[in-house]
Amino acid sequence: MATATHAHPTAKTYWLIALFLGIVTAIEVTVPYIDALDPIRAVLLILLGSAKFAVVVAVFMHLRYDLKAYRFYFLIGLAGATVVFAVVLASFRAF
Amino acid sequence: MAVATREQAPAAADRGVWSWITTVDHKRIGIMYAVAAFIFFLVGGFEALLIRTQLAGPNGTVLSAEAYNQIFTMHGLTMVFAVIMPIAAAFQNYFVPLQIGARDVAFPRINAFAFWLFFFSALFLYTSFLFGGAPDGAWVGYAPLSTQLTEYVRMDYYSVGAQLLGVASLAGSINFIATIFTMRAPGMSLMRMPVFVWMTVVTSFLLILSLPVIGVGLWQLLFDRNFGTLFYAAQAQGDPLLWQHLFWIFGHPEVYVLILPAMGIVSEILPVMSRKPLFGYAFVVFSGIAIGFLGFGVWAHHMFTAGLGPVAEAGFGLATMLIAIPTGVKIFNWIGTTWGGRLKLTTPMLFSLGFISMFVIGGLSGVTHSIVPADTQQHDSYYIVAHFHYVLFGGAVLGYMAGAYYWFPKWTGKMLSETIGKWHFWITLIGFNLTFAPQHILGLDGMPRRTYRYDAGLGWDGWNLMSTIGSYLIAVGVLVFIWNIIRSWRNGEPAGNDPWDGRTLEWTTSSPPPVHNFDEVPVVHHVDDFWYRKYGIDEDGRAVKMPEVSGGALTVDTDTGGEDGDADAHDIHMPSPSYFPIIASAGVVILGAGLVFISSGAIGFGLLALGAIVSLWGFMGWAGEPITKEAH
Amino acid sequence: MVSEGAVVDHDFEDTGNPIHRVRKTAMWAFLGSEAFFFGAMISTFLLYRNTIGDGPGAEIFNIPFTSASSFVLLMSSLTMVLADNSFQKGDQRQGRVWLIGTALLGTTFLAGQIFEFTEFVHEGLTISTSPFGSSFYMLTGFHGLHVAVGVLLLSMLVFFSLRGRYSPDGGMNVELVALYWHFVDIVWIVIFTVVYLLQI
Repeated sequence: MATATHAHPTAKTYWLIALFLGIVTAIEVTVPYIDALDPIRAVLLILLGSAKFAVVVAVFMHLRYDLKAYRFYFLIGLAGATVVFAVVLASFRAF
Repeated sequence: MAVATREQAPAAADRGVWSWITTVDHKRIGIMYAVAAFIFFLVGGFEALLIRTQLAGPNGTVLSAEAYNQIFTMHGLTMVFAVIMPIAAAFQNYFVPLQIGARDVAFPRINAFAFWLFFFSALFLYTSFLFGGAPDGAWVGYAPLSTQLTEYVRMDYYSVGAQLLGVASLAGSINFIATIFTMRAPGMSLMRMPVFVWMTVVTSFLLILSLPVIGVGLWQLLFDRNFGTLFYAAQAQGDPLLWQHLFWIFGHPEVYVLILPAMGIVSEILPVMSRKPLFGYAFVVFSGIAIGFLGFGVWAHHMFTAGLGPVAEAGFGLATMLIAIPTGVKIFNWIGTTWGGRLKLTTPMLFSLGFISMFVIGGLSGVTHSIVPADTQQHDSYYIVAHFHYVLFGGAVLGYMAGAYYWFPKWTGKMLSETIGKWHFWITLIGFNLTFAPQHILGLDGMPRRTYRYDAGLGWDGWNLMSTIGSYLIAVGVLVFIWNIIRSWRNGEPAGNDPWDGRTLEWTTSSPPPVHNFDEVPVVHHVDDFWYRKYGIDEDGRAVKMPEVSGGALTVDTDTGGEDGDADAHDIHMPSPSYFPIIASAGVVILGAGLVFISSGAIGFGLLALGAIVSLWGFMGWAGEPITKEAH
Repeated sequence: MVSEGAVVDHDFEDTGNPIHRVRKTAMWAFLGSEAFFFGAMISTFLLYRNTIGDGPGAEIFNIPFTSASSFVLLMSSLTMVLADNSFQKGDQRQGRVWLIGTALLGTTFLAGQIFEFTEFVHEGLTISTSPFGSSFYMLTGFHGLHVAVGVLLLSMLVFFSLRGRYSPDGGMNVELVALYWHFVDIVWIVIFTVVYLLQI
């Protein structure tokens, strides 16, 4: 099949990514229970969540390997929604 | 019909009601959009006349307050969702594939589904007059007015109806995006696409990104009304302002959704009628994209009286001023296109020039809204009504009328009458200005919008009467248009393939085009590729008509086109007709009806169950059906 | 449907079957649209996260339980991508096993959500307790609805494949369902962080 011509990852990569996702989730769950991390808890959790998000999109959804145009279609929605709703919440002083 | 060759294209099965119900041809779907939109235009126009009759003099007695609220709400909903959006979809459906050299859209059955869902949803919205009362909370549906429970289900109709119309539009937009980005003819790079196609891209992105936001708002409204959620319940610390944000994050991009396709049409007509290329093609394209982006950053200028605080108001005021820049760029490009051209003042050209001048007036009154203190005065007054009718009627409707006169020959093979067309234009233009120009003054004199009557002696009587007379003049214009259509359809002048000396690919094929659009997929080398096939340039830089139009590499269909042309046409696989899209869309609308009446017990649940069965039947059959059936 | 001779977008590198490009373009645009859909609901939740009235707030979340169901959904993304991999290689038999696995993991997640909702209702949080309750149930409920639709699509794929009617060029396509499924998963990654972990 034509889509396989590009260097798609192998099953082994997928398992490794899943392992990574599992470990990050385990870290995420522990973070709230470690009092020493309280000052940076929110930042840390957002970073960990973003890492999971990025890995799934890039590898599982093949966005890293696929047409660049697909990135545009998706990221315009993702970035647009983030900016627009950040403004909405800011106008409510919700942060 | 499995395989449409030129020999067997117009089989008997291609005629009759059933063929229209099951059609997946983008051209037929485009025509159905146009017809449906025009019918709703008449209905919405009738509602406008009722409003103007009520307001013709002080203390009008034609409508009760209750009836008036329903009529103006339905007028707004109809004109936005059931007239301007679908008429834009009509032109886009018919001409985007033709202009990019494709044989159909990317998903013909989704296309049919989107049309039927729009049509049934709009009809469903009108059944509210029979069952339970029409929506009466304005097309903006502000909470907490819209969440107030009465004995009627009016705003449930609003919530579900707008939701369904949104889903239809979403499906159509995704279809256009896939079509335009993946199905262009060889050589048709992005920067060779006609401006109308570009504006379709921008419009489609605006729709797919803004419709889900109002979708969430409409669900919240429905849940607040029926399931006891507290999204907009101020007594439980819910915030009605949230609705305003969700509505206008959709609502402002929406106004560009309504106007950008009209701008695209005008950008097609002006070069043809000025016999010059579009001045600054890239500027027109990029300013359209800039309008799209900025259009997402100005929603709160509808909310300046809601108390957002000075920082937000200043920011949104500035963004609103900024959006005037790309809009102004477009206007100067259009003027530059006509400058020094050998103008053909045909009816489409007149409507295009009318579009530009009226849109400038509406645009300028729009800029006044960006000044926060001034906007506070204008808010919810007739000044606003005047402003948005100048952009939506003076702008969008005149633009689509221009498109109708320009492309009617391609649809039918007949020209619309130029004489009647000019009567239509001047009556409409005068009637329009008579109707809406006085409303600026009324607004600044303090007449609030959405008011069902007013007292004498406020200085409003004369202006209101003038406005009402103007609205009837517009109605006369519409009747003239109908007469023109009927007369020209019966015995209009035959159009031929290329009546306007056009520049884009739709003029290379026959009028109306064959079901597969092009016998040979065209290969594109330039912007305005068709013009370069017809004209060369001499040493002085002047355009010279080439002697041999039908020769060489041209794919111009010089014969009458259709079924009995030359015999070398090879088999072209076109998608088969399918009745599953109409079943699926009917099922979805029945589900919607169930949601409206969900608080009424058995009726609601019965409709939900019926809707679930019908839509499952439609979607499952659809999923299991091959796109092109083998010939039997 | 794609007419022969069309396509070839010179502005982007050309990979893959044109039919797949058309469908994937549509799917990615749809997912961009969905980002705004969930963005609006997540924002509503963030706006009302402290608006709890007399009812319970975020303290009723059971983080260990939700972590487990999050893990289940994450792993369903693994089985989904393995199913896609098998189908790409033409191994439908193996692919079906992964598809069924994905559907079962999805169903497990849904069962966990039903259990969680029941618990919360017992503890006094309903959709009409507070704007917090309304927005929590709406957001997680619509996400659950997306999972349910995904399970339906997976089942249809298995059905078509078993009947020998699966074609990679057909409308029902493993690659597209996979994109949808992974998207539902990443939405949950956001919800898990924003709604659960950041609120306790």
